[in-house]
Amino acid sequence: MNSTVEFLGINFKNPVIAASGTFGYGKEYDEYFDISILGGISTKGLTLHEKIGNLGRRIYETPSGLMNSIGLQNPGINRFIEDELPFLLKKDIVILANLGGDSIEEYVLGAKKLDETDIPIIELNISCPNVKEGGMAFGIDEKVAYEVVKEVRMATKKKLVVKLSPNAKDISKMAQACVKAGADALSLVNTFNALAIDINKRKPIFNNITAGLSGPCIKPIALRIVYEVKKAVDVPIIGIGGIMDYEDAIEFIMAGATLIQVGSANFRDIYASKKIVEGIEEFMKKEKISNLKEITGIIGGK
Amino acid sequence: MKEGNIECNVIDNREIANNIYKITLRGHVLGNPGQFYMVRAWNGLDPFLSRPLSISDIQDKQISFVYELRGKGTKELASIKTEELVQLTGPLGNGFTVNENLKSAVVSGGIGIAPMIYLLKKYHKNMDMYAGFRAEPYLIDECLAHSNNLYIASEEGLGWHKGLVTELINVDDYDVIYACGPEPMLKAIAKMAQNKTMLYVSMENYMACGIGSCLGCTIQTRDGMKRVCKDGPVFDAKEVYFYE
Ligand SMILES: Cc1cc2nc3c(=O)[nH]c(=O)nc-3n(C[C@H](O)[C@H](O)[C@H](O)COP(=O)(O)OP(=O)(O)OC[C@H]3O[C@@H](n4cnc5c(N)ncnc54)[C@H](O)[C@@H]3O)c2cc1C
Ligand SMILES: Cc1cc2nc3c(=O)[nH]c(=O)nc-3n(C[C@H](O)[C@H](O)[C@H](O)COP(=O)(O)O)c2cc1C
Ligand code: FES
Repeated sequence: MNSTVEFLGINFKNPVIAASGTFGYGKEYDEYFDISILGGISTKGLTLHEKIGNLGRRIYETPSGLMNSIGLQNPGINRFIEDELPFLLKKDIVILANLGGDSIEEYVLGAKKLDETDIPIIELNISCPNVKEGGMAFGIDEKVAYEVVKEVRMATKKKLVVKLSPNAKDISKMAQACVKAGADALSLVNTFNALAIDINKRKPIFNNITAGLSGPCIKPIALRIVYEVKKAVDVPIIGIGGIMDYEDAIEFIMAGATLIQVGSANFRDIYASKKIVEGIEEFMKKEKISNLKEITGIIGGK
Repeated sequence: MKEGNIECNVIDNREIANNIYKITLRGHVLGNPGQFYMVRAWNGLDPFLSRPLSISDIQDKQISFVYELRGKGTKELASIKTEELVQLTGPLGNGFTVNENLKSAVVSGGIGIAPMIYLLKKYHKNMDMYAGFRAEPYLIDECLAHSNNLYIASEEGLGWHKGLVTELINVDDYDVIYACGPEPMLKAIAKMAQNKTMLYVSMENYMACGIGSCLGCTIQTRDGMKRVCKDGPVFDAKEVYFYE
């Protein structure tokens, strides 16, 4: 028995990836455990140029979850490559470069820069609800999504995973459009667009008014989306949304996810991702599963 | 490799003033003045996040936090009884850097006094303490035990200087000031210090991870966006932009 997973010809030592935006570039968690025990890490969203992110409040807790409005704060791809990537490349972990952008040109130029690195996978974020002009606009309408994925596909030889928004008009059609445009795989979901109001100030909590909801409160919906999209397309899927423990992770795998990402759970417990790796391995032993393929998508539907 | 999670038993948890609690825990705790822990006293998913609390004292494998009852999290913490468990992650943040040869003052507003007790204690009797309160003062004995001179203000008077703590201090008397409290107070002292007196302020913000990964707690500084949890919570006041 081992929990290795082959994904687009790349070997993951287990199906657990730290989700974008919740794990920085790995350094901070590596002070507490060797992050090489994880299958992969998706970087904080990168953009062509540096972004200082959103002003005002960025975090708001909700029952069993949180809303965030970080606004893709990042040093820009060049400085990421210089300052952050060397550390990650020394680790035995698959790197997914999470790429954001405000325009198709920006995405394309960003992808070209990443194409020159040793990173094997680009995770194209067309679903960030927290940047004004772009991001999510690409993730709502499948025609716009098709255009951006097609252009990025032509700009890079890297494996291309497109990260979808649960706010898409029709998530299955969106998935099909991205695959048609050249996506090798899909990751879903990003945060749900949501609203919170300060009743004393009679104003929204966030400067951007809406913000992205994540955590265990979104898990059942995220799971349903993974299941539906798995039926709609023939590419592998990375399941994300409210995964807190190995049981949640196994649910996503049984719904059709080849790999999973752990996001907000890292805030609740710095060792959450590590514990999920260990839990999955114990579960495989107990259930006599020799390869996760045996249970991937086992609930059927296709 | 650091051990991030510490499980602690409650030794004592009581209200020491109106809405102000002190909890003392037993565990393998470390930390310097100005550093904090992410604290969780519940297992359920609501509240979802741990709460940042400053170290108010550490002695013989015991740690104390002093906290104000504000919302869900602190209410849960206040209901925890002796021998029950509390989860800590930390110590986190940079803490105060102190030069004992300089003439120093400590200024606190409200619950901002919590970390300052540990600061005073570590630099025994070398610092003057200025503490401001909205109403009834608290932790006065601790201040008396560990400070050179103690000055107290309460907005309600109650036998102390009636008004704000900033009215009590002459900043020119000091080489360096360490301050923790509400932002308007920090802003007022920063204005008084005017780059002449060195001023270090402990900042607050909403936090998710507490270790520097989520960028949820960043503030704008003259040196770019900085994370309160990792680059702070203590900043040179010259760096910080204060808002109303
Ligand atoms: C580094 C650091 C050290 C701290 N040390 C202490 C301490 O020693 N003692 C202490 O009592 N408190 C301290 N705090 C503040 C403490 O973390 C909050 O009061 C606590 O999280 C409130 O949790 P709650 O669930 O009770 O309230 P919530 O339900 O989360 O909020 C209740 C009210 O408090 C306000 N609030 C909550 N958190 C913050 C925050 N971080 N900044 C500004 N307003 C906030 C909310 O807007 C709301 O009005 C510290 C904060 C930081 C960042
Ligand atoms: C603070 C925060 C920052 C995030 N930043 C990004 C980002 O930069 N790019 C991205 O694709 N997703 C980002 N996400 C979304 C997560 O990667 C993940 O898709 C989402 O949180 C759902 O998973 P979870 O419920 O396990 O957190 C962020 C989420 C949080 C909470
Ligand atoms: S709380 Fe996450 S970076 Fe500070």
